[in-house]
Amino acid sequence: MYKIISKRELNPTVTMMDVEAPLVARKAQPGQFIILRVDEDGERIPLTVAGCDKEKGTVKIIFQIVGASTELLNHKNEGDFIQDFVGPLGRATRTEGLKKVAIVGGGVGCAIALPVAQKLHELGCEVHSIIGFRSKDLLILEDEFKAASDKLIIMTDDGSYGEQGVVTVPLKRLIEEGEQYDEVIAIGPLIMMKFVTLTTKPYNIKTIVSMNPIMIDGTGMCGGCRLTVGGKTKFACVDGPEFDGFEVDFDEAMSRGVMYRTFEQEQREHVCNLFKKEVQ
Amino acid sequence: MPNMSLKKNPMPVQDPVERGRNFKEVALGYDEATALDEAARCLNCKNMPCVSGCPVNVHIPEFIAKVREMDFEGAYQVINQSSSLPAVCGRVCPQETQCESKCVRGIKGEAVGIGRLERFVADWHNSHCTEAPKIPEQNGHKVAVVGSGPSGLTCAGDLAKLGYKVTVYEALHLAGGVLVYGIPEFRLPKTIVQKEVDTLKALGVDVETNVVIGRTLTVDELFEMGYEAVFIGSGAGLPRFMNIPGESLKGVYSANEFLTRSNLMKAYKPDAATPIMHARKVAVVGGGNVAMDAARTALRMGAEKVYIVYRRSLEELPARKEEVEHAMEEGIEFRLLNNPTRIIGFENPDDRRDPRNGFVTGMECIQMELGEPDASGRRSPVEVPGSEFVLDVDCVIIAIGTSPNPLIKSTTEGLEVNRKGGIVVEEATGLTSREGVYAGGDAVTGAATVILAMGAGKTAAKAIDEYLSAK
Repeated sequence: MYKIISKRELNPTVTMMDVEAPLVARKAQPGQFIILRVDEDGERIPLTVAGCDKEKGTVKIIFQIVGASTELLNHKNEGDFIQDFVGPLGRATRTEGLKKVAIVGGGVGCAIALPVAQKLHELGCEVHSIIGFRSKDLLILEDEFKAASDKLIIMTDDGSYGEQGVVTVPLKRLIEEGEQYDEVIAIGPLIMMKFVTLTTKPYNIKTIVSMNPIMIDGTGMCGGCRLTVGGKTKFACVDGPEFDGFEVDFDEAMSRGVMYRTFEQEQREHVCNLFKKEVQ
Repeated sequence: MPNMSLKKNPMPVQDPVERGRNFKEVALGYDEATALDEAARCLNCKNMPCVSGCPVNVHIPEFIAKVREMDFEGAYQVINQSSSLPAVCGRVCPQETQCESKCVRGIKGEAVGIGRLERFVADWHNSHCTEAPKIPEQNGHKVAVVGSGPSGLTCAGDLAKLGYKVTVYEALHLAGGVLVYGIPEFRLPKTIVQKEVDTLKALGVDVETNVVIGRTLTVDELFEMGYEAVFIGSGAGLPRFMNIPGESLKGVYSANEFLTRSNLMKAYKPDAATPIMHARKVAVVGGGNVAMDAARTALRMGAEKVYIVYRRSLEELPARKEEVEHAMEEGIEFRLLNNPTRIIGFENPDDRRDPRNGFVTGMECIQMELGEPDASGRRSPVEVPGSEFVLDVDCVIIAIGTSPNPLIKSTTEGLEVNRKGGIVVEEATGLTSREGVYAGGDAVTGAATVILAMGAGKTAAKAIDEYLSAK
C-alpha cells in the first residue's frame, strides 16, 4: 500500500498527488512513468511521473479525471492509500548534448512536460516552452513553467488567457523568426503531437513525442501498448514512451486509443453514480 | 495384486457444452476410490523409469505406494520433497511426454495416471491439512529471486527449506507469474496458486510485489543490499507478431494481453474494471497451449465461434493432447494448414468518425500443404498458390510465442545472452556469466512449460546452496 502524502486540485479536472513510494522516487527520471491500481479490484493505469522528492521518498503524479479509475483515485485524500504503485517504467528523456529546446505541452500533458523542462533548465539548456489549454480555468503549472523556461508562451483555444490559438502557431513563428532548436519535445494529446511533427518536419527539427497508449503490465509482457514507429512494431513500455515523432503512426495510435471508449464511459458513469448515492 | 486394467481411470470432467460457458475448472479430480484403484495399477518398478522422466524427479512409485496405503498426507510429503507446487503440476504438467511416457504400463495399454494421482494427493493435503509448515533453521544467508513464476517459486521454496532467507521480487501486483496471468482459471484455479504462494510465505519467504528488477532495482543493487546470490526467473518476454498487414487494428490481441486481461485482471467478470472485447467470432493464431487457453477463454466469454488457425497439421500441433481434445469437445474449430496473410478492418471512407472504423472484420488466410521436414524435423508448410480465403471474425488473438524481455539484460553489466536474447547459463547449475547470478525458466529457454521452469529453479537452488556453502 502506498500513502498519499499530499493532494491538490490544479483545476476542476486535474489533480496533483504526492505518493509515498521511496524505491520509485529514488530512481524516477523525467519521461518515465508508473502504473498504479487504486484498489484491490482496480485496473492498472499508467501515469507519467510529474516529479519526485528523493529525500522524502515521494513521487508526484498529476492526472486528469477522464474515467472510472481516475475518478476513484480523485476520491482518495491525503493520508489514504493506493493499492499498488510500481515503477519507474519506460526510458527516461534523453537530455545529453541539448543546448536549445522547444517544449510543447498540451493540457494535462504539461504536467509531464514540466519535469523535462526543469531538468533541461538545470542542465543549462535554453528552454522555450509553449503550453496550451482549452481555456484559462484549465491552465495549470504556469509559475513552475515560468521558473523553468527562458521563454514561455501560453495559448488558449478561446483566447481567455495568453494568446488565442493552437500551440503550433507560436512554434512555427519562433522557428520562422530564426530560433535554432536542437530538438522539439511535444507532450500532449495525440492530435496535438501529430500537428507539432507536421509543423517541425519541413524544417527537419528533431521532434520527440511522449506516447501514452493503453497498457496493462507496463513491463514488456502483454504487447497491448504496441505502436508502429518507422514501420516497425514498438512497445511504449520498454522501447518508449518517447519516440521520434516523425516516425510514429499517429492515426493508428489514435484509432487504438479509443478501442474501449464505450466501456470506459459506462464505467465512469457507474462510478459517478456510486459516489452520488454516497453523498445522498 | 496390482490392478491390471489396460486403461487408466478417466478423469471426471465438466460437461463440454456446460463448461464452454463457465470459468470453473474443467477437470474435477479423482475421488478417493478412483485414486486407490488407479494407484493399484502402479507396478512399483525397481528401476523407476517414471522418475527419470520428471524434470524435478518426484519419487513417483514411493508416493503412489503411500496412496495405496491410504496415507495421503504421507504421499504429499513424498512429493513435496521434490516439488514445491504439487497441486499446480498435477494440473498443468505434460505428463504424457514426461513421467507417464516412461511408465512400463504404457508399453501395453495406458500409463498409470501419475499426474491425476499427484493432483488428488495435493488437493487432499490442501483440504485436510491446516498445519503451517515449520520454518527451517536459518543459516544466515540471503538470496534474491527475480520473478514469482514457477521457476522463481521453486527456487525460493527449495532454498527456504535449506534455511536461506529468500526474498522474491515480482513486477506485477500479484505473485504467481504465468500461473496467474497466463493459465486460465478453468485449467488452474487461482486459489490453488495462492495456496502455494502462502505455503512459501509460511516457510519464511518474503514476496515483494510491484518491484521491477531492471527498473525499480537492478541486479547489482540487490547485491549491494546484502543478497549473496540472485536467481533470475523473469519469464518469457514480449509477444511476437506475424508482421502482416492489419495487426494494429482494434480487436487484434497478443495472447499475453488477452489472457492477462482475462486472468490477472479478471476482465471476464461482468463487473471488472479492466475492459476486454467480447467478440462474436474469434480466430486464434498458433497451435500451442497458450493458443488453446486463449481460444477456450474467448469461448467462455460468449463467442459464437472460435477458430484455431495453425499453419501445420494436427500431428505437428505443439499443444498438449488433452488440451486439444478438450478444445475440440467444447466446439473450437480447428482450421489446420491455414496461414494468415492479412487482417481486414472496417473502413467507412465517407465518415472518418464512424465508430466502427478500425475494428477487425475478417482475416485473410492462405491454405498450406506440408513439404519436406525442416531443421526441427517437422514438415514445413508451403503455401498453395491462389488458395486465399477470408475468415469472418471480429477478433484475432496471436499466440505465436514471445521474445525475451530486454530489461534485465540491458541493466546488468556482464550478463551474457544468446542470439535470441535468452540468458546464457551453464546447464548443470543455471549459473550465468556473472558470479552469484543464476537464471532459469523461460528467461533462459524462451517459452516452455511450467515443469521445465520448475526443474531449472530446482537446479539453480541446489547450485546456489553449493556456491554459498563453499563461500
